[in-house]
Amino acid sequence: MPAYEIEIILSRQLADSLSIPVFITDTTGNLIFYNEPAEIVLGTTFEETGEMPVAMWSTVFKPVDDEGKPLPPESLPLVKTLRDVYPYHKTFRIESMKGKSQKISVTSYPILGRTGKFLGAVAIFWESKDV
Amino acid sequence: MKILLRGVRGSIPTTAPDTVYYGGNTSCTIVSEKDWLLVLDGGSGMQRFYIANYTANKRVDILLTHLHFDHIQGLGFFIPLFDSSMEVHIWGPAGAGKSLHSRLSRYLSPPLFPVHLRDLPCKLTLHEIENSSFDIGPFSIQSRYIIHPGPTVGFRIAGQQSVFAYLPDHEPALGSKGFPADKKWISGIDLALHSDLLLHDAQYTADEYKNKMGWGHSSMEDAIQFAMLADVKHLLLSHHDPFRSDSQLNEIFSELQKNTNYSLKYEMAVEGTEIELA
Repeated sequence: MPAYEIEIILSRQLADSLSIPVFITDTTGNLIFYNEPAEIVLGTTFEETGEMPVAMWSTVFKPVDDEGKPLPPESLPLVKTLRDVYPYHKTFRIESMKGKSQKISVTSYPILGRTGKFLGAVAIFWESKDV
Repeated sequence: MKILLRGVRGSIPTTAPDTVYYGGNTSCTIVSEKDWLLVLDGGSGMQRFYIANYTANKRVDILLTHLHFDHIQGLGFFIPLFDSSMEVHIWGPAGAGKSLHSRLSRYLSPPLFPVHLRDLPCKLTLHEIENSSFDIGPFSIQSRYIIHPGPTVGFRIAGQQSVFAYLPDHEPALGSKGFPADKKWISGIDLALHSDLLLHDAQYTADEYKNKMGWGHSSMEDAIQFAMLADVKHLLLSHHDPFRSDSQLNEIFSELQKNTNYSLKYEMAVEGTEIELA
């Protein structure tokens, strides 16, 4: 497989240096990298899993609203970013596979290369201050 | 395929007597096969190059990795550009904004240079490249964006029997904890993969690199590791620091050999060297 474009490689290198959870996907939503803080959210390590197909990593945690009702995938920022090639932001709850619930804010944005080519997307997870 | 190193110094030309062995000219390498000639980068090594000594072909192609001054400063002194019988093609990386013509014109226009790019007498064609594949005469060429400040590409040049990879300004280790084991996460690796000869940035020692991270250049150790991951046959360490004398470069290279045990064939690039790739 050819090497990723440098915009993706540099995104990983930036994520690798940050203390906030960062997820990087390809254009179809496959998770191609997550950093150490994101490992806590996923409950697994990149070293162990490597890249994860969208079908696998989207089941690791369940997005729900404040009443605990499941959120449809098409309402999630990263899904919308991949669909529209546009940044989005949303605050919601996630439930991990172990049943732990956490309120988070997610900001996602597309990675557009120098020539405007859509190369992938980044999602940044924040612990929500919205009580 | 023949390779001629015309300039292997980084950043700024040096003229001091203690740099004459490795040479003081900035990046320029000539690649030739049959009657075709490629000029890789337009550093000061471009000056005093008499194309008629190498080929009767009235076409020459200049491939620019990027537009930092040490890679274009020789353009204004490249004789074919001032010869109306010559067909000159300049290939350079596309940026997010201004065109290649506009960016080159910032140098090739007053007050920095007396002649406008548009007034050069040769038959000039500019080509913007990105992650591109193109053919020039017997050469099949791939360009890919690589890690260096500003739009920068490296080149993989395949002749009829051999492959030369050219990444004179490149920092593949930027930000990562060493090189990832997975090659698809390494900038420029596709260009260098299984090449017969790689010319790669190696401006710093490993200690110096710790304080120069993000400047766009590599340590010698990183360049060697990159070449080994790419399974390169022969590596030339280039873009020598302009503050380095010949004796300092000799000393650094000898320390490198003493303290490491790489199986790869590697050496310091020396201006004027000619290499024939079989």
